[in-house]
Amino acid sequence: MAMAVVWVIMVTASVACGAAGGRMAEVSAAALDGARSAVELCVSLAGVLCLWSGFMELLKQCGLEKKLAAMFRPLLGRLLPHASRDAETMAAVSGNLSANLLGLGNAATPLGIRAARRMALGAEGTASDELCRLVVLNTASVQLLPTTVAAVRSGCGAAAPFDILPAVWVSSLLSVTVGLLAARLLERAVR
Amino acid sequence: MLTRFSDYLVPLLLAGAALYALYRRVDVFSALTTGAGEGLSVIVRILPPLVALLTAVYMLRASGALELLTHALTPVLTILGIPPETVGLLLIRPVSGSGALAVGSEIMQTYGPDSTVGRTAAVMLGSTETTFYTIAVYYGAAGIRRTRHTIPAALAADITGFLAAAWTVRWMF
Repeated sequence: MAMAVVWVIMVTASVACGAAGGRMAEVSAAALDGARSAVELCVSLAGVLCLWSGFMELLKQCGLEKKLAAMFRPLLGRLLPHASRDAETMAAVSGNLSANLLGLGNAATPLGIRAARRMALGAEGTASDELCRLVVLNTASVQLLPTTVAAVRSGCGAAAPFDILPAVWVSSLLSVTVGLLAARLLERAVR
Repeated sequence: MLTRFSDYLVPLLLAGAALYALYRRVDVFSALTTGAGEGLSVIVRILPPLVALLTAVYMLRASGALELLTHALTPVLTILGIPPETVGLLLIRPVSGSGALAVGSEIMQTYGPDSTVGRTAAVMLGSTETTFYTIAVYYGAAGIRRTRHTIPAALAADITGFLAAAWTVRWMF
């Protein structure tokens, strides 16, 4: 429902501002453009997403996935106590977190989705407290190496593209902490 | 050094896992193709929410609503210690990853990557994610309709990330 509210606000604001600024032709073209670019994005994502799904299947079949899950158990047992009882969810979340930490966003997505789908089983379309926590964790960046940003900085001629690392770490840590705390506080308020 | 590391990361992960799988006598190729097939079904699931989201994002960008919001927000940001030059980035960041990267790059080019404004933009990009895209994709694929407190909690994280980015850059550089 909340996404519905966000969507309605975005679209009505576009129509209102477009009409007021005489930009309706652009808004109209942009609507169709946006829909097309969603498909283009999916197509451009498809290869990488399939590659990382295949990579995770490989890790699973050779038992590395279990080792990864064991490594993250102390953390995830606290963060997602219920979901971490399921080995497959645990493995997917561990993979999701590792990919996020390494800055491999395209690898993190299919794993996070796999975990989310398992966590949503039997929930009848309502997000559980733990699923909200997983999604909030993924909407707040936890990457250790922001390689894309560093590449842009070096492209602009930065003296040391990675000198922002400590600032990125502090900011990421603060934002993840606040996100998870907010989820904790709100989970009783919003049923 | 670190740029070097990131060049090696993906190839080494792939080769390392393949060698280990071979050692464990796993059929590497069929494992990869099985997993890749599953990836395809994920793509099919995330396409519908993306069509809805990107349509709205593109309309919003074309309508000039972001420029209006920029004017409205500038004084607030100055009070909070966030460089007002980054306001466009704050607004686009939660809805569009490629848009945010474009706006961020432009800020770094205009003000210089080693300026306070340029650094703040870089840290903001590095310490936040495309919130609404993530929510749409995860919940769309998992069939969740009632997102409960996800959006407010995620936005709290984003706002903290923006504030922290501005403050840490001022403090560290």
